[in-house]
Amino acid sequence: MNLAQLTIPQIQQGLKDKQFSAVELATEAAQFAAAENPKTNAYITLSPDRALATARLVDEKIARGEDAGALAGVPVAVKDVIVTKGVRTTCGSKILANYIPPYDATAVERLEQAGGLVVGKANCDEFAMGSSNENSAFGPVRNPVALDRVPGGSSGGSAAVVAQGTAVVSLGSDTGGSIRQPASFCGVVGVTPTYGRVSRYGLSAYASSLDHIGPFGRTVEDAAALLGVIAGRDEWDSTSAAAPVEDYVAACRQDVRGMKIGLPKEYFAGLAAETGDIIAAAVETLKSLGVEVVDVSLPATDYAVACYYIIATAEASSNLARYDGVRYTHRSDSSRTLAEMYRNSRGEGFGAECKRRIMLGTYVLSHGYYDAYYLKAQKVRALIAQDFARAFEQVDAIVTPVSPFPAWKLGEKVDDPVAMYLSDIYTITCDLAGIPGMSVPCGATPEGLPVGMQILTKHFDESGMFRLAGAFERARA
Amino acid sequence: MRITEEQVRYVADLANLSLSPDELTRMTRDLEGILDVMDRLKDIDTTGVEPMAQVLFDAEDTAALRADVDHPERRFPIATVLENAAVSGSGYFKVPKVIER
Repeated sequence: MNLAQLTIPQIQQGLKDKQFSAVELATEAAQFAAAENPKTNAYITLSPDRALATARLVDEKIARGEDAGALAGVPVAVKDVIVTKGVRTTCGSKILANYIPPYDATAVERLEQAGGLVVGKANCDEFAMGSSNENSAFGPVRNPVALDRVPGGSSGGSAAVVAQGTAVVSLGSDTGGSIRQPASFCGVVGVTPTYGRVSRYGLSAYASSLDHIGPFGRTVEDAAALLGVIAGRDEWDSTSAAAPVEDYVAACRQDVRGMKIGLPKEYFAGLAAETGDIIAAAVETLKSLGVEVVDVSLPATDYAVACYYIIATAEASSNLARYDGVRYTHRSDSSRTLAEMYRNSRGEGFGAECKRRIMLGTYVLSHGYYDAYYLKAQKVRALIAQDFARAFEQVDAIVTPVSPFPAWKLGEKVDDPVAMYLSDIYTITCDLAGIPGMSVPCGATPEGLPVGMQILTKHFDESGMFRLAGAFERARA
Repeated sequence: MRITEEQVRYVADLANLSLSPDELTRMTRDLEGILDVMDRLKDIDTTGVEPMAQVLFDAEDTAALRADVDHPERRFPIATVLENAAVSGSGYFKVPKVIER
């Protein structure tokens, strides 16, 4: 077996034909991940025993002739902001360096029930805060496509392991583009489902009104299969939606003739020329499949970065208050009083970007600034959502670049938080509006750096998104 | 947007965050740059716009509620809860003294 190229349908077929067992898949994945990880640092923790335990159950089910599940024997990596019972979950932070969760996130529980093998915890920016995966207390991740470049962030590890092949699919989280942007940089598929589509029970909260869990895959269908397993109402997350889960894999195989997509002009200004050319060619491919293309306008886009970084940091400053040195975090041992202990534990435990966002969020919520920043940002958020609602009256989907430029060099933007924030311009609007979005590989620059095309659809229309992405992928093959 | 080290120190205090002198200088500079971007929001007219705090969908008022019943299988024994604590004892989290006599 060549793990780096296996797809979920191939694993299903291989198990059925007895080419390999789930235990063999788990063993191979563990060895491959251990051997490859020094190159990219994409895993923080490997969990071979856990993968093996699930694999044995899968093999037993197969031996009894039972259905072993939609992800039977599939090696899956889980971003380290999603809790795994008994497997260290650090959130990429020194403050949780030794945290062993006593429970599983719902998404993890569901993927294991479907036979998925959790092979390890993927590196990420600390508490999912970053666009390059350089904010991890466990060191940066290197892009497997070009090792001197960033894999994108914050789910950089989740994208890198799928690109490298040490996992077939993975879970990431997306608050402002943290799934789609690394998927684009590493040349894999990354999906941000509708807000509420996937339970966040067990996801460490960064910005609760914006956080999502979503899948990565090397193919559109693999990502669709994983989403199908983790999606749906969960009584342990009151924000999870009851909307019925559709057959996303079937959607990938549907014809797209007659679908109508919109190109928002605001997403094509300030784009690197190479990226623009690649996206233009992708749009031509869609046209050749019978998709109608029209221009649309999303005029509030220019204000999205400011809006996002106010709302996200305000929510983060509140969510991260729980890391206090008392219950499950690093505690400073140089403190005489309780107040000092809080301050020093947090000062020692959080990295620079986390501190910056806590400070910014506390500032915009503080007395005298609330109306000018936080309330104003919430109104701008409403305008951004209205822009999309208006556009979706005209079109079935919106197509844009994922990032203004491909993966940059490690260290290039690390000292310039403003430049880093501005790079998120094309992905954050989707999270603010709560609509689904995905990144599909659509080409590479002359240097060989992958470029992703973003597809956005209306709330709970993941099927429309997969339909376009599936047809596009087939047309490129 | 001008911001002083004094203001930054005040906000760090609100956030229960200790910052070294170097961090304070750097933070002041960074926040100033970031707030310049934030201040662009002044240019967009939001008269009459309702603030959006959450992504909401059409659903019954009770759609997010579940029955208030105990789930013993989801209870954590005290020992499990204390396992990740830096300092614990006698079934409690231990913290430095809160009140000085």
